[in-house]
Amino acid sequence: MTIEVIGAIATAICLLVGAGFTLVGTIGLVKFNDSMTRLHAPTKVGTVGVGALLLASMLYSLTYNYGSAHEILIMAFLFVTAPISANFIAKVNIHRRSCETPPEPPKDDTWGTLNVPDADKAVSNPVNATQS
Amino acid sequence: MISKAFYWLLPHPMLTLLLALVWTLLQNDVSAGMVVFGLILGIIIPWSTSAWWPDTPKGFRMGKMISYSIMVLWDILVANIEVAWIVLTVSNEKLKPAWIVVPLELRQPEAITVLAGTITLTPGTVSADLSDEGHSLLVHVLHTDDPDAVRDEINIRYQRRLKEIFS
Repeated sequence: MTIEVIGAIATAICLLVGAGFTLVGTIGLVKFNDSMTRLHAPTKVGTVGVGALLLASMLYSLTYNYGSAHEILIMAFLFVTAPISANFIAKVNIHRRSCETPPEPPKDDTWGTLNVPDADKAVSNPVNATQS
Repeated sequence: MISKAFYWLLPHPMLTLLLALVWTLLQNDVSAGMVVFGLILGIIIPWSTSAWWPDTPKGFRMGKMISYSIMVLWDILVANIEVAWIVLTVSNEKLKPAWIVVPLELRQPEAITVLAGTITLTPGTVSADLSDEGHSLLVHVLHTDDPDAVRDEINIRYQRRLKEIFS
C-alpha cells in the first residue's frame, strides 16, 4: 500500500460520506411538510455533508500535488454563515405566521420578530391584511 | 503607557492575528512575504475601522473557547447522524416538532450570538428568535418527546460553559 492508494481510498470514503449526508439533507427537504421542519434537514446535514466533501478535496490535493488550505476557510465561513441564514428563514416563517405560534416568552412582552409598532400592525400581518 | 500605545496601534489583537491567518490561508502557501503582508493588513484594517467597533468583550478566555469549539464540533458530528436517522426513519405523522424557550443568563451580545449559532449548528434545533428585551431565546426542535429535557441540556452543556468563557 503506497501513500497514493491510501489517499485515494480515504478520498473516496470522504466523498461517499459527504454525498450520503447531502442526499439525506435533500430527502428531508422534500419529505417534511412544514416550513419549520423543512429548515432542519438542509441546514444541519449540510454542514457535515459539505465538510466531508471539503475534507475529500483536502486529502486529494495532499496526496497528488501540493496541499491546499482553502477548504479550512470555506468550512469556517460556512459555519459562521449557516446559522444566520437558518435564523433568517425562521424569522420569516414567524413573521408570515406560516408556522405554529411560538409560546410567549416568560420575562419579556413578545418575540423580536412579532414586536412591531401599532402603526405597522396592518402591514406586518399579511393574513389579516388580505382578510380586511 | 506601553499598554496604551499597544492598544492604540492594535485595538483588537486577536482580530489582527485572525486576519493574518486568513490572508495566509487565502494565498494557499506559507511564505514569509505573505505572512508579513497579512500582518500589515491585520494592523491596518482594525486600526482604520476601530472608530466603528463596539467595545471589545473583556475577560474572554481563549483556552476554554478552544475546548468548547472541539466539543461543539464533536456534537455536530454526532447530532448530524441523529438527524439523518430521524429524516430516514420517522414518518411525518409521528414527527413531534416543538418550540422551546431557553431563558438566557448571558448578557453580552457576542455570547448570545455564539450560543444561538451553536444551537443552530447542533442538529435537531434551530434558534429562531430573541425576545424583545433579550431575556429568552426561541428554539425550534425537529423531533422530541420531552422539550424540557432539550432546554436543560442546552443550559447545562452550552450556556454554562459560555458563561465561564465570557465571564
